[in-house]
Amino acid sequence: MTASNVVATPQSAQSGKAAGRPLIEIQSVAKIYPNGTEAIRGFSLEIPSSPQFLSLLGPSGCGKSTLLRMIAGLESCTAGSIEWPTAEYDGSGRPRAEIGFVFQDATLMPWASVFDNVYLPLRLKHQRRKDVADRVMDLLRQVNLEKFAKSYPRELSGGMKMRVSIARALVTRPKVLLMDEPFAALDEITRLRLNNDLLHLWETQKLTVVFVTHSVYESVFLSDRIVVLASHPGRLMSDLAIKVPYPRTEEYRTSHVYNDHCREVSAWLHKAMAAGGEEEQ
Amino acid sequence: MSDQGPATANPAVRPEEAIHTQILSKLRFAAPFIFGLAFLAFWEIACRVNDVPPYLLPTPLNIIGTLFTDFRSLLPNLLVTVTITVEAFLVAAVGGLLLGMLLTSARWIERSLFPYAVIMQVTPIVAIAPLIIIWTKQDTSLALLICAWLVAFFPVVSNAAVGLNSTDRNLVDLFKLYGASKVQSMLMLRLPAAMPFYLAGLRIAGGLALIGAVVAEFVAGTGGAKSGLAYRILETGYRLEIPRMFAALVMISATGIAIFVILSLFSRFILRHWHESAQR
Repeated sequence: MTASNVVATPQSAQSGKAAGRPLIEIQSVAKIYPNGTEAIRGFSLEIPSSPQFLSLLGPSGCGKSTLLRMIAGLESCTAGSIEWPTAEYDGSGRPRAEIGFVFQDATLMPWASVFDNVYLPLRLKHQRRKDVADRVMDLLRQVNLEKFAKSYPRELSGGMKMRVSIARALVTRPKVLLMDEPFAALDEITRLRLNNDLLHLWETQKLTVVFVTHSVYESVFLSDRIVVLASHPGRLMSDLAIKVPYPRTEEYRTSHVYNDHCREVSAWLHKAMAAGGEEEQ
Repeated sequence: MSDQGPATANPAVRPEEAIHTQILSKLRFAAPFIFGLAFLAFWEIACRVNDVPPYLLPTPLNIIGTLFTDFRSLLPNLLVTVTITVEAFLVAAVGGLLLGMLLTSARWIERSLFPYAVIMQVTPIVAIAPLIIIWTKQDTSLALLICAWLVAFFPVVSNAAVGLNSTDRNLVDLFKLYGASKVQSMLMLRLPAAMPFYLAGLRIAGGLALIGAVVAEFVAGTGGAKSGLAYRILETGYRLEIPRMFAALVMISATGIAIFVILSLFSRFILRHWHESAQR
């Protein structure tokens, strides 16, 4: 590892041994807000290049959303660095095209059609509409919304809006999809369905997902790796592998293996909450 | 599109119930007209019974008659007032949006300029009008235009500024993530998000431009071919031609209503796909 400080080392991206290097390298990252709140302390994590479904799990206030925003470059690090050793950088020094981001709310532009919402990231990159129309429609098909291309967000249900949001995040063909509690505001049934849909997309798209959640059950169902964080300040508690092969079905949801994993992860979450001390639940 | 009431669209509702709701919704529409007619009838009868002379209070029928006979002679004045109103409104609409964009482009610009926009707004136009008239001595219609614009300007600026600042924070982040330029953010995010606010500002500004045009003419005084309806109202007052004064008043009100309706329809059209205010 030659470059140790901050992002942007375009030369290193060309080296041939890309396969062995991580996709994202988070090195003793810390975040202290201007008001003095310490959100994250000394957090390190490597995210490998091979597709992974990684969940960041932790009680509220553990800084998992902050961490995700830092990975996306939406928030700066007070200390430490987040590097993309294999990424190609654009002029701004951020590997922007590599990232798709899904917020807790669908965050659609209400004045634009479903098609235009999904087209937005490409439009911002000055791609012409007719050149990428097929790609946009293909993604809408993958999230089962091809019939709604001309609809407006207000005509869609919460789950459908979230699917538009996921399609939009995938339209730039990112290497990593960052998701910030995307299904927290949805009802249970819609959430379960979207979990299945998301896994299906993940398997076909071959990308890495970093999924922020506070649900043990969701993380055990979805991920092959769960990183548990403790709160106040946010720090790494445990890095767990869920070695259950994909595709994961409804049977997995009711299996003993699933239960055992849930129990294990819950235990870690409780430890994390005890370590974080004070307030909440 | 979605104009149909839920009752008529739903076949499960029993027919007599549907008819009831239909009648009710029609009544709701008719209510203001019924009230208006009743009020006019009361006015007409009260005037006739008490023999009120027309130079104090003309009857509605008298006013309508005058409106018919004097319409042609009042029309040029109406056109003058409408022209000033429309010009002032357009300048306020375009200038207000541009200034709103300038104000919200940087925090320090907003902090240093906005107080003066407020001062401009709270100072009564009647009080500034004489100054403006002195400064534009040669050109009364320019003075009127400036006065009308001053009144109409503020709601546009402040609404545009609020709208431009009320963009969804997550959408702002999303644009940042994809490396959007300032121009892209303005055109594709902040302007569309500001539209509902801006259009509400325009609706207020339309009425205010008319008020500004009329009030300014009262103060400035005009004459000859360039005089607007305000001048006619003053003139009829001196001559005790009260029915004609009412006719001019009715024309001003009708203009105001027309401006409001046109701007409301415009707003609905722009927002028809997405904003709650345009849905019913």
